[in-house]
Amino acid sequence: MKNQSIEIIATYNAETSLRKPQKLIATIFKDLIGAKDLAWRLFLRDISAQYRQSFLGIFWAFFPPIITSLIFIFLQTRNVISIADTMVPYPVYVLIGTTLWQIFSDSLNAPLKTTINAKPYLVKIYFPRESLILASFFGVLFNVIIKMLIITGVLIFFKVQIYVGILLAPFAILVLILLGIFIGTLITPLGMLYSDVSTSLPIVIQLLFFATPVVYSFPDKFPFSLLNLINPVSPVLIAARNLLTIGHIENIVHLLVVTLLTLIGVFLSLIIFRISLPIIIEKLGT
Amino acid sequence: MTYPVIEVNHISKKFCRSLRRSLWYGVVDMGNEMIGKNKNHLVLRKDEFWAVKDISFKVEPGETVGLIGHNGAGKTSLFRMLGGLIKPDSGQIEVRGRVQALISLGAGFNPVLTGRENIYINASLMGFSKKEINQRFDEIVSFSGLSEFLDMPVQSYSSGMVVRLGFSVAAFLEPDVLLVDEVLSVGDLAFRTKCQIRIQELRNKGVAIIIVSHNLHTISHLCPRTLTLEKGKVIFDGDTESAIDVYRSSLLKTYDQFKDSIRGGTGEITIKKLEILNDHDENQEIFTVGEKVKIRFHYHANQMVVDPVFNVVIHILNSHQVTGLRTDVDGFSTGNLEGDGYIDLDITNFNLLPNAYTFDAVIFHSDGYTFYDRKNNAIHLIVKGGNDINGIAYLPHRWEVHNL
Repeated sequence: MKNQSIEIIATYNAETSLRKPQKLIATIFKDLIGAKDLAWRLFLRDISAQYRQSFLGIFWAFFPPIITSLIFIFLQTRNVISIADTMVPYPVYVLIGTTLWQIFSDSLNAPLKTTINAKPYLVKIYFPRESLILASFFGVLFNVIIKMLIITGVLIFFKVQIYVGILLAPFAILVLILLGIFIGTLITPLGMLYSDVSTSLPIVIQLLFFATPVVYSFPDKFPFSLLNLINPVSPVLIAARNLLTIGHIENIVHLLVVTLLTLIGVFLSLIIFRISLPIIIEKLGT
Repeated sequence: MTYPVIEVNHISKKFCRSLRRSLWYGVVDMGNEMIGKNKNHLVLRKDEFWAVKDISFKVEPGETVGLIGHNGAGKTSLFRMLGGLIKPDSGQIEVRGRVQALISLGAGFNPVLTGRENIYINASLMGFSKKEINQRFDEIVSFSGLSEFLDMPVQSYSSGMVVRLGFSVAAFLEPDVLLVDEVLSVGDLAFRTKCQIRIQELRNKGVAIIIVSHNLHTISHLCPRTLTLEKGKVIFDGDTESAIDVYRSSLLKTYDQFKDSIRGGTGEITIKKLEILNDHDENQEIFTVGEKVKIRFHYHANQMVVDPVFNVVIHILNSHQVTGLRTDVDGFSTGNLEGDGYIDLDITNFNLLPNAYTFDAVIFHSDGYTFYDRKNNAIHLIVKGGNDINGIAYLPHRWEVHNL
């Protein structure tokens, strides 16, 4: 006979878990820690499957930002588009900008993509659901490490002066990732139910691309300044790029506000993700 | 004092028939959940129905419980709630221990990766650490019998191999409660036997097991106690033999609803009805193994038909065909028929084992292909008796000992 535990391990009822917020938060933290190993395993699985089935492999991590940059560099040198002065050589500005943008859009896409791919076993087996988000975070980090090679290459090639401030750049990049993960996790529940979300996501990301100073800098006057103010990606991306190239940031308050909101947001989106998954699973069937 | 490992108290769950509406209700429910408002659980919205309604039961440690019911009776929904995948709309489930569902064989397998890698992924999903998996790895591999394929990508496995690998992983985890859903019917006979042995072992270790199966033999072999579900309700909870009887009458009831929906043919001669008679030509429904059964096939011919072929097909209820009896195969000529009449089919010994059997009636043209009329489930009979004998047919036999 097994040792009989008297303790109730799980209780399932109709009550929403938000009624006991302390308990919910405690379990989320507990599960996040428990989810770590599983998330790592899922991440390794996804990465090895991805590269085993690809001929060009990590080339695809470099290709998109470089192509986007070349297009804009070409347009700019031919004066097809006129771009306000940037503090660093335009190619550096664009290459680093698009790479950072790519990191953000990867992070934004990752949670929904991972969760949709997990659907076949998500509906069949209970495991800490947070591990999916964590696995997508690991996946993004992996790509970031590869993309750091582009950034390093650009800095060396264009002989950009290196400042101490560059040491803070990883933190800004981390905020950029978390911001993407936050929004990505937030839209995941709805995206699991309706395919409209994943269909519209590339379009929204494209629009956001032009509303963010990735390939051009916005003038400081209205209405562009407003765009910079309400678009949460702008201050983080600008800060990361500035730290990499000129070694200091000008928008520190704005950055701190967005960072704080991002941290709160990540946490809230995890709660939403957790409580909506049973409902989603019910609607998805087996 | 021991406590039940599972305590289910008055749980209900509703589902929606329309996908579009179901998704929308999902959004509404998520919204309500977010603002912490308890939805109005006991009211059915448009297109909703109760998949599980007011079910209560307890499972003690080491108990093996069967769960049977017609398709859509709520077995899967109940299982998913026990596994914590979905929440009940009302009522409460209390679980004391780790629940492992064997509905998820091969969950998370990635076809590109090798069997070895997938064992780790699958077991991690089931909540096992790398160390625990390492300890059990060799056992898992030898149980699956797939050691030579271990470093091949799973996409080149046959579907049977995938299931074997999945079962092997699941079988070596030791939960407090094991939920088994129809998986015992996969793989070849040898593997099925291995699975059953493994389940016995787990049971002896005090693991509580709940088994869903359409195979009543599996249920009667493994479970002393069985719950019968019908339309989301438990209609019986007790010894397996009675549970199976209740299930059969529940099945017959649903079958009888569709009796006349599958008819058709050229119609010159039609089936009026089938009767089942005993030795004294009286109508009878319940028989014992080996009794004489007479099937009376009433027909009505609108016009003269030449040498029609009469055919009676016997099915195990809700399952496969046992046999089909045809006048042409037996070399029996029915001659020219017109007006009303009946044909008797005498079965001297109805040597089928305890179960419910349904009879389809068909009248063919003399070519033996085109049919005049056919009627599925025209009548049924029940063979009474214990479920301790495995199989379909009773072969008249005797044993002898010869001491040399």
